[in-house]
Amino acid sequence: MKKQWFTISVYSENNVGLLNRISGIFLKRHINIESLNVSKSEIDNVSKFTIVVNTTEDWVRNIVGQIEKQIEVIKAFYHTDDETIYQESALFKIASNLLFDERQIQNIIKDSNSQIVTVARDFFVLAKSGRRSEIDEMHEQFKPFGIMQFVRSGRIAVTKDEMKISAILKEFQNS
Amino acid sequence: METLKEKKTEAKKPTSKKISGAEAIIHCLLAEGVDLIYGYPGGAIMPVYDELYKFQDKLTHILTRHEQGATHAAQGYARVSGRVGVAIATSGPGATNLVTGLADAQIDSTPMVCITGQVPRHLLGSDAFQETDIIGISTPVTKWNHQITKASEIPEVMAKAFYIAKSGRPGPVLIDITKNAQFDELDFVYEKCTGVRSYNPVPKPDMKAIEAAAELINIAKKPYIVWGQGIILGQAEKELTALIEKAGIPAAWTIMGESAIPTSHPLNVGMVGMHGNYGPNVLTNECDLLLAIGMRFDDRVTGSLDTYAKQAKVVHFEIDPAEINKNVTADVAVLGDSKETLALLLPLINENNHEAWHNEFKKKYQIEFDQVIKNDIHPTKEGLTMGEVIEEINIASKNKAVIVTDVGQHQMVACRYAKFEDSKSNITSGGLGTMGFALPAAIGAKMGAMDREVVAIIGDGGYQMTIQELGVIFQHQVPVKIVVLNNDHLGMVRQWQELFFERRYASTVMTNPDFVKIAEGYHIEAKRVSERKDLKATIQEMIASDKPYFLEVKVEKEDNVFPMIPSGASVSDIRLK
Repeated sequence: MKKQWFTISVYSENNVGLLNRISGIFLKRHINIESLNVSKSEIDNVSKFTIVVNTTEDWVRNIVGQIEKQIEVIKAFYHTDDETIYQESALFKIASNLLFDERQIQNIIKDSNSQIVTVARDFFVLAKSGRRSEIDEMHEQFKPFGIMQFVRSGRIAVTKDEMKISAILKEFQNS
Repeated sequence: METLKEKKTEAKKPTSKKISGAEAIIHCLLAEGVDLIYGYPGGAIMPVYDELYKFQDKLTHILTRHEQGATHAAQGYARVSGRVGVAIATSGPGATNLVTGLADAQIDSTPMVCITGQVPRHLLGSDAFQETDIIGISTPVTKWNHQITKASEIPEVMAKAFYIAKSGRPGPVLIDITKNAQFDELDFVYEKCTGVRSYNPVPKPDMKAIEAAAELINIAKKPYIVWGQGIILGQAEKELTALIEKAGIPAAWTIMGESAIPTSHPLNVGMVGMHGNYGPNVLTNECDLLLAIGMRFDDRVTGSLDTYAKQAKVVHFEIDPAEINKNVTADVAVLGDSKETLALLLPLINENNHEAWHNEFKKKYQIEFDQVIKNDIHPTKEGLTMGEVIEEINIASKNKAVIVTDVGQHQMVACRYAKFEDSKSNITSGGLGTMGFALPAAIGAKMGAMDREVVAIIGDGGYQMTIQELGVIFQHQVPVKIVVLNNDHLGMVRQWQELFFERRYASTVMTNPDFVKIAEGYHIEAKRVSERKDLKATIQEMIASDKPYFLEVKVEKEDNVFPMIPSGASVSDIRLK
């Protein structure tokens, strides 16, 4: 079975130690987590882990089963890239003088559809949301000019189809 | 615990009173029906021990000689009684010494609650004396764990701990309690936990799946059942027996399922797995329907998965959804509690009799008997075999004993040859293979079933891993029978070295102490048998004794356990020699 990208979505209680418990499931199987994001979800007091892995479907099914088995996990799902709308975010910190000295910089900003978050005397910060490849491309373009700092977030994703958790969560809201 | 919400219950709240966290822990245990715990005191758990002193008429604490012993004793107690075993230890090394028992209970689905003391809240993360991150350490080997830092959290968390440990697929829970939470006062109200919203312990049976399973059973020509511990944990022994008898299906067991159905049942065809019986292994690859009930297709059961039951339809009865299609793909998965699902299945099953197919098992048994069993239990050579010792124990105990085994050759031989009439009678470390398990587990098993004969069968290697627990047997006069099958080797590793490492016996030869003298040092009656002529009478004497009894049997040094499926080979390629 061939490896591919999967986005695992985990709906859980917000509990100390759960991240350790979930990451341990990957560690035990020697599977690298490509990206991880923890946030609130569409439901009050329910957290959402978004985990990206590159593995086979057999493994991801097994992992999701193990994750879902954890006491504080309400429900876990996995989806392929085709089944999700997903993005990452990145921040670029770049020397301010480049903005004036290098004409190309302004073109990159325009073409990349990124936003200037702040401009200071010494540096400015660009924010870019999009696919990994778009952010990588922007990174490549800035690289020759020098990037003072760079950071990229984990993937966040929503599914095209309804998450089948809705009914369970509704029950929680009413309880 | 704000976020782990319990399902609302209609029950009236009991009235509260102000007590210390330490006293609250005792009340929680009593409310859960606990009257016996195993443990070892130390600095960070002293407030709880102080309360144990006050409550000693209601709650017995057994001081094991090592915290690992406390966990295995709690496991033995749980496995024989079906109740939750409880172990308690201090922070730091006390807590880390629980880890092996937690891992063992996790992989063998044993309900256990471990309580550890922890340094005070304000010292957490300061590398204080005897501070260790036991929550971090125990996470992969617990069903659930939680750190309590406030006294007020104790009742709710303890209630959840017991609920989680025993519900659904059971497992170990560790609760770490900071010392300040033990000293501080709380308004004590205890309500038993009846549900946790994010946790669904028992999936509801799906009648469609059950009907599909029934249809496959009714059309099968060569159906075959392999059951596991799920039958014992689900108390589904009667339902399984009814299914086997109604449909006339030969049934084999995994090591964890042993004793659920009497050895003497005509359709009980024996043990699967690496050292299981010949027929149950090779016929796995000849059946047309494999019904796996409450078992998880461990690699020691399946051998190579690529060649495991490929010709058969597979129906998997299982409580844990994560086990479905984990190792073996199921054509039909029946989720739920085995007692419930089997009861729903039974009326849909046609009465049947697969005599010709059953005869295949009998024929294979005859081959195994002629080539292996006969020489194991009725040896003609001079040296004593492990098999004949087990057979004498069967005879002396009339197949009624609880047999507790350690790990290695003696374990495989005991599981192969011990005969059982009653369920919950085979206590062993199956999944983890924990040497040192048997002696403390036997203590727990005896205390969990005082009316039953408990015989621990241990190798000379594993015995010395927890030999200090003889102190508990002596101090409390626990009338367990301890049989050490001494071959002066780490026998199973030596067997592998002989078969697969060209007899390079690296570190498997043991120079052993005088085990009889050691037992006598603990004032335990002790005998050694080196010759066949003394075996029967000594075992009779041991079983007849109502006191602790130690028996060392000097067995053949270099015997091998057969049949054997070499690691990674197919169940069809099981070797008889």
